[in-house]
Amino acid sequence: MGILEVKNVNKRFGGLQALGDVNLSVAENTVHAIIGPNGAGKSTLLNVLVGKLIPDTGSVMFDGQSVLGRKPFEINQMGISRVFQTPEIFGDLSVMENMMIACFAKRDGAFKMQAIGSMWSEKDVVEKAEHMLESMNLADKREMHTASMSRGDKRRMEIAMCLAQEPRLLLLDEPTAGMARADTNNTIDLLKKIKEDRDITIAIIEHDMHVVFSLAERITVLAQGTPLVEDTPENIKGHPKVREAYLGETQVAA
Amino acid sequence: MFGLKNTDLRLLLIVFVLTMAAPFILNPFPTESGLAQFNAGYPDLMQKFVIFGIFAIGFNILFGLTGYLSFGHAAFLGVGSYACVWMFKLLGYNVVPGILLSIVVSGLFALLIGVITLRRSGIYFSILTLAFAQMSFALAYSVLSNPKFNLTNGETGLQVYADDPQWFHSDRLPDLPHLFGLSMRATHKMQLGAWEFQFNAGYYMCAVIMLVCFYLAIRIFRSPFGLMLRAVKSNQQRMNYTGLNSRPYTLAAFVISGMYAGLAGGLLSAVDPLAGAERMQWTASGEVVLMTILGGAGTLIGPVLGAGLIKYFENIFSKINESVLHQWFGFLPDGLEDFVITLIYPFVGKGWHLTLGLIFMLVVIFLPGGLIEGGQRIGRALRGKKASDAGKSASTEPAE
Repeated sequence: MGILEVKNVNKRFGGLQALGDVNLSVAENTVHAIIGPNGAGKSTLLNVLVGKLIPDTGSVMFDGQSVLGRKPFEINQMGISRVFQTPEIFGDLSVMENMMIACFAKRDGAFKMQAIGSMWSEKDVVEKAEHMLESMNLADKREMHTASMSRGDKRRMEIAMCLAQEPRLLLLDEPTAGMARADTNNTIDLLKKIKEDRDITIAIIEHDMHVVFSLAERITVLAQGTPLVEDTPENIKGHPKVREAYLGETQVAA
Repeated sequence: MFGLKNTDLRLLLIVFVLTMAAPFILNPFPTESGLAQFNAGYPDLMQKFVIFGIFAIGFNILFGLTGYLSFGHAAFLGVGSYACVWMFKLLGYNVVPGILLSIVVSGLFALLIGVITLRRSGIYFSILTLAFAQMSFALAYSVLSNPKFNLTNGETGLQVYADDPQWFHSDRLPDLPHLFGLSMRATHKMQLGAWEFQFNAGYYMCAVIMLVCFYLAIRIFRSPFGLMLRAVKSNQQRMNYTGLNSRPYTLAAFVISGMYAGLAGGLLSAVDPLAGAERMQWTASGEVVLMTILGGAGTLIGPVLGAGLIKYFENIFSKINESVLHQWFGFLPDGLEDFVITLIYPFVGKGWHLTLGLIFMLVVIFLPGGLIEGGQRIGRALRGKKASDAGKSASTEPAE
């Protein structure tokens, strides 16, 4: 029984079957990659997991509880954090403030009215935020507005904010899209370190095979909204159906 | 002190000194001089400065922090005004119950409207709030003023009549709004050489309330709640995916700013016990938007400055008529005098809106951060780039 169980999920957009009978089981404390060609339904599946879309049929269970019908913030409070394809952070706030928002969200839940005391006098939150920035090598940028950070730093910021919430499942949507090789490798190392340091399950959607084969322990291949195969990276690499559906001859560089 | 950081405390002290010394500061010209018409230190106008300052401070908590542009805040101002006058009619002229009720009623009204309008954001939210305010205006102007059920007294405006109950009124109390016997109109005039300064009870009561409001606004800006409101403005998507429910945060900000508006409305009635429906009209809602943007949305002191500037224009600049201009330019040859006056005339007197519009355009184009940004730039230029930190005292950044 995995921490995330997707059963018979269907989703139609008009005439398009975006997801057809998707079954997926993500085991706890693993890195599970979901790959597939453009239009395979990867993003639709992710949006179903975080509550942005509601499937037509099927069930999605996280740690034994259904996530269907819950709002994104409720699903997040259950322990699922999402990293977006283009980093979504609070651009006009400072690095420290960004981190404090995530720490407040972990400590106080979805809503708490604290309108009089200064935010800087919440010592536990300030300390935790500082510690998180330290551990993610962002401490020297703490006064910087996040909008003026580099792409790689923004990605690190977003991942750091997700981690501050101590999620049990971290969902990453093409975390290295549009990154230079060096930044991509940094992100791979960062994710490896995150995995080593804590008990966390990571589900990653990725185009870049280099990233997938460096990180994943299990891989699910989606094609036209349906899972084609699920296996270990070694077996996926040589799988004829996968080659045919997705990898193509030129991309198997890894 | 007061749980504030040094920069905020300094700002609060500056505002305190300015408001307390306003009768002096706003009356820089001797009574007999030609420039006396630019004196703004008379009770009526000073009261407006601080009352609309409260209105703008409250509006800024919603617009400056969350970015939700309400175009219907005058509805709360109007509701507050009516609530206060009703207390005068029922209980008597003491302003305390009236002011308290105006805060409560406008808070409830804001809760009702907020629950509905905050289902949408951006332009749709603005249009919804505008629609509600116009509905409130229509209700106050005609629907709720029929002989059977007269809540607002329609076009005439709600006021106290001799046959009103006024249960707690006694003959030894002033027959005008008062604070436990101290009439709001009580004014002490002080002659100092050629100058005359006026100290008005109503003004000082409003000024003290504004200082309290300003202090609370600073606390809100610096609180975890204020941080969440800025998160709403910055990126709602990330907020939702960080496990935060943005709706109650925006609703709380909406209700708080509605209560500020209601308080301002109540104070307007407290200094002049007549509440008219025109206070709820869309122009009044637009005015507070102008004040906030002109002064600097999202800054602490900006909206107060904006409110002051607009009220100054409305009351002082609008008094410059043709004969005043002739007086000023009388030294020019006749033809030239007429020419200059023809050029200037559209921008003064009744045309003050034109000048205000020009200033507003210039500020929005060149100083998107409002007058505060202008002040910061001047300060930075004077002190050199290195000392730029001090100029930030009024901005929203937590000066760490």
